[in-house]
Amino acid sequence: MKAFNSYIGRPMERVEDLRLVRGKGTYVADVNRPNQLYAVILRSSTAHGIIKSIDTADALALPGVHRVLTGKDLGNKVPVIPLRLQPLPQLEPFHQPVIADHKVRYVGEPVAVVIAESAAIAEDALEHIMLDIEPLPAVATREHAETKRSVVFEEYGSNTAITWKAFKGNADEAFKGADYIRREKFKVQRHAAMFMEPRGFVAEWDEVAGKLTVWGAAKTAWHNRRTLAAQLGLPLEAVDLIEVDVGGGFGSRGEFYPEDYLIPAAARIVGRPVKWTEDRREHMMTANHAREMECDVEFACTRDGKFIGLRGQIWSDIGAYIRTNGSVGPRNIAQYMCGPYCMDHVDLKSSMLTTNKTPCGTYRGPGRYETDFVRERMIDLAAQDLKIDRVELRRRNLVADAQMPYPLPSITPFDSSTELDSGDYHTVFDRCLKEFNWEEKSKLRGQLIDGYYHGIAIGSFIEGGAAGPKEEVRLVLETDGALSVYMGSSSVGQGLETIMAQIAADAMEMPYHKITILHGSTAYVKDGYGAYHSRSTVMGGSAILVGAEKLKELIRKTAAQRLGCKPEEIVIDDEQASFGGKHLWFAGLSETPLEVEAAFFNKKYTWAYGTQAAHVAVDPGTGHVKVIEMMSVEDVGRMINPLTLHGQALGSMVQGLGGAFLEHLVYDDEGQLLTGSFADYLLPTASDFPKLDSVTLELKPCPNNPLGAKGAGEGALIPVGGLMANAIADALSHLNVQPMELPLSPPRIWQLVEEAEAARAKA
Amino acid sequence: MKPPIFEYASPSTVAEAVSLLAARNGNAKVISGGQSLMPMLAFRLAAPELLVDLRHLKDLDAIRIGEDGVRLGAKVRWCDIEGDSRLVTGHPLLAEAIKHVAHYQIRNRGTVGGSVAHADPSAEMPGIAMTCDAQMTIVGSAGTRVEAAADFFTGPLQTSLEPDEILTEVHLPAWPAARRWAFLEFARRKGDFAMAGVALFYDLDGSGRIANAHVGAIGVADRPIRLSEVEAVLNGNQMSDKLIAAASAKARQTVDPPTDIHAPGAYRAALVATLLGRGLKKSAA
Amino acid sequence: MQIEFNLNGQPVSADVEPRTTLADCVRDNFGQTGTHLACEHGVCGACTVLVNGEAVRSCLMLAVQVQGDKVVTVEGLSGDELTPLQAAFRKHHGLQCGFCTPGFITTAHALLSHEPDADEERIREVLSGNLCRCSGYVPIVEAVLEARSAYRDAGSK
Repeated sequence: MKAFNSYIGRPMERVEDLRLVRGKGTYVADVNRPNQLYAVILRSSTAHGIIKSIDTADALALPGVHRVLTGKDLGNKVPVIPLRLQPLPQLEPFHQPVIADHKVRYVGEPVAVVIAESAAIAEDALEHIMLDIEPLPAVATREHAETKRSVVFEEYGSNTAITWKAFKGNADEAFKGADYIRREKFKVQRHAAMFMEPRGFVAEWDEVAGKLTVWGAAKTAWHNRRTLAAQLGLPLEAVDLIEVDVGGGFGSRGEFYPEDYLIPAAARIVGRPVKWTEDRREHMMTANHAREMECDVEFACTRDGKFIGLRGQIWSDIGAYIRTNGSVGPRNIAQYMCGPYCMDHVDLKSSMLTTNKTPCGTYRGPGRYETDFVRERMIDLAAQDLKIDRVELRRRNLVADAQMPYPLPSITPFDSSTELDSGDYHTVFDRCLKEFNWEEKSKLRGQLIDGYYHGIAIGSFIEGGAAGPKEEVRLVLETDGALSVYMGSSSVGQGLETIMAQIAADAMEMPYHKITILHGSTAYVKDGYGAYHSRSTVMGGSAILVGAEKLKELIRKTAAQRLGCKPEEIVIDDEQASFGGKHLWFAGLSETPLEVEAAFFNKKYTWAYGTQAAHVAVDPGTGHVKVIEMMSVEDVGRMINPLTLHGQALGSMVQGLGGAFLEHLVYDDEGQLLTGSFADYLLPTASDFPKLDSVTLELKPCPNNPLGAKGAGEGALIPVGGLMANAIADALSHLNVQPMELPLSPPRIWQLVEEAEAARAKA
Repeated sequence: MKPPIFEYASPSTVAEAVSLLAARNGNAKVISGGQSLMPMLAFRLAAPELLVDLRHLKDLDAIRIGEDGVRLGAKVRWCDIEGDSRLVTGHPLLAEAIKHVAHYQIRNRGTVGGSVAHADPSAEMPGIAMTCDAQMTIVGSAGTRVEAAADFFTGPLQTSLEPDEILTEVHLPAWPAARRWAFLEFARRKGDFAMAGVALFYDLDGSGRIANAHVGAIGVADRPIRLSEVEAVLNGNQMSDKLIAAASAKARQTVDPPTDIHAPGAYRAALVATLLGRGLKKSAA
Repeated sequence: MQIEFNLNGQPVSADVEPRTTLADCVRDNFGQTGTHLACEHGVCGACTVLVNGEAVRSCLMLAVQVQGDKVVTVEGLSGDELTPLQAAFRKHHGLQCGFCTPGFITTAHALLSHEPDADEERIREVLSGNLCRCSGYVPIVEAVLEARSAYRDAGSK
């Protein structure tokens, strides 16, 4: 790639913004089809029970109600949702049926679909449906699950769906000889992606053409199309999933949910377009939950602070069904607990427990957030016990540049091995110390100022990205010289249209404004994959590079025919193809558009990495924690757009802080979800965390893709839980307060202080 | 979350509004700012047949400050209180407390009357009304009555208002310039309902002893409460660290807050004691 | 019920059920879909519009309650060129998915129209009534700080 243009690396303002700041975006709730009806879903308010009867007669009688669908309207067998990731046969018992069949297993499970003239009328109809459910005891805690208070899948007979094992070296042997072993239990609370735009679909069935069109796709449209077509018994070509503007995803939106089937099915049944949007209360009980886990782990070191390994057991409360990507988080907790540190011996078992709660899926940095909390806490505890400085202890153990590629633990079943690709972890670590002014801030440690105790902490993290296997693009040089790029990548709000245009502009050596990026819809390319695991830049961007080379070949070939020479003799420069003093502009080069298809294949994850530091102040009377300042430094190999990348880092940090302090999906002992609105599920606001910053570096490009980039949308969230807990422990070190559980809510901090003071009084 | 079906009326006088309410026999509700009622309708926690909008009613949106204190019309909004500079000295406790209410957009609509009639146990205005011995003016089919705050708040989200009654005014007694006061609340985020809050004032007698202590708390019971036992500890004594500690301890003993998903009762009890101690210290500064 | 009001500078009328919120009315009756619904219970601020110049949560108002009023949505604050406020949002990357953005634009416009000298603390205080899940708020605050100069130049209300 000639260094002609350099859009890559420039903080380009986003082309998406032109419509979005004007309120001219088109989100699925803004899509309307002629003659459409509206769907509202009746959901179980019982966590666990047998459906005795569903009486829909009164609801149907309401003026404006057209149909009420239940399981028996969907054919002989209610379709189930297959797993997209780790689709092991032994996990089949846990697939979710698209509508509750004979049993309900969580509050929020779909039981019936009302289709009416308006959403309001459909909602009115819900109250007239008589649902008779014989309740069963609910499995609402790990204790319930393990003692089998009830069994969520009675044929299976146990609430432990599967246990993954992450392993490296020989932990049992290594632990035998270890100078230092510390064993601790940790807990992370259930919370969720909670994107701002509620989910929705508009589905339309064209009887004449035999074609189903569904608006509202996101993330993994091609996979979802395969699933939906199979469930409906339609050929692939008969189904189009269209992505419009998407209001955030964070790993949760876009996976195949029950409604991905129910709304299109309803459209086919009633013969009119059907529109559905969830409301926020519904969203909280239906969109994937995440992160709920407990663990009991041991950490071993040598006397002089060389990490030996990790051993132990993890339990993830994954809810009532295994969702399309429900195994990813629990696997990641085990596989990546070692993080960016050298650990030769790992033996971690990670069990997935079924409970009568909303099913779980991935949420940004899945499993990574939880596991970093555990590991970084253990490191600070070890530092305390071994009397080694926390900074020094980390430095001693970070994987070194010379050790790359460095193998991470493997995981089984659905075996997977990976290695850290490249990185200078020590330089980034030191840069963070410098940017944060660690030396200066250390003077504040444990100080009581205006009623607040001050503390600081540091932590390092790795961020896996660029999951394969491939991404597809279609490049079209239009007759007017503009370039249309059709992609399999999807937008979830990350600025895809801008970033990809930068890459395409550089690759084709064309002006940026002549490039349009079209994304996410199955109509655009044959087989796309989508946006997850921080892969769009690497996979989609690299596919564009591959496509650009192919397109330039085609341009050379076309120009050569017209100029009477060989293709290799054509020079492409400045939107022209030239030979022997004669120039042909891209515009008008051919009478019809020139089109190529290309794909980029990848089997190796990229590993962005970084270090984060924080300064907090704790009020022991109220338990309030002020985040005074936070600094995140990350090496991403190659930055395409520093402006959007910075945005990803800041957004990630605040999500991490939400998880550390505020967000919690609370259930009672009967599986009732007590957090049903934004009044109870607390999201960070503009006044909560004012002083955050991040620095992004391009130290060590990734050797495994032509861009040299690493997936970088999740990293800054990953260390936040551990960082906050460590900083609080540092602030309250005079009391030896040791947080082992998230969230670090005011009552929890207060409780820890009370217990510590009581213990001190006794001593 | 679309509201259930209801009818709507926007009468021009209080009398009209009252008769509309009376005609529906308990199945009509008043709406003004709607900041508390609309979410309830969205969640279908309320399903009135008729909403009676006070928007055209005149003369209920004035803030009158005089010798007898501060009279807040029921339609006075939070932004009106925020924007009325007379209150900074005229009733500093009210002015300070209202700073904590909700958010910008809500403050443009939410009203004194609405908040007091809704009677959320964690809300600031009911807390101020209780602490200050406010007098509520209420108009219904049976006529006009005036009721003390202590009798007005009867339970969680419950007041003595009959279905055909409208709160028209909240009257806070006169505020002497030399009065000592403090308002402190602790919320998870700015603008959230308080996990607990304390509103207090007292006067100092000739020898600098506390007199007429009023200590109110929100978020620690099913309604805003006065901590009368704490007031008894304070009255007749000079402020000191020892007195503050004793008052705080008494507060912690006498409240019995419920446990909910946000906090255990013990936390709220300790919190109100902490806020009281800090408030007393602040008031004496 | 028949209602008449002024929407984005134009007199409009509609026949709505009393239970229709102002948010649903501007979206469904008048096709102004820039006003977004993210919670419908008055917490997130995505539905913020201006009624008689004041920022309100349109999901907490009934359409029948704006009879005779002046309502301005994000579309009414937009033109052929980006306004200084919108340009500042773009410059500072104050939006990612854009779903919360109209609510921030209308709220910030209301704030700066009344208080063009608002400092960072005041801006954060006012914006704390609008939720954003993508940006982490820092770039939004930077955008609003920068936009102040345009409102100062225009003269405050």
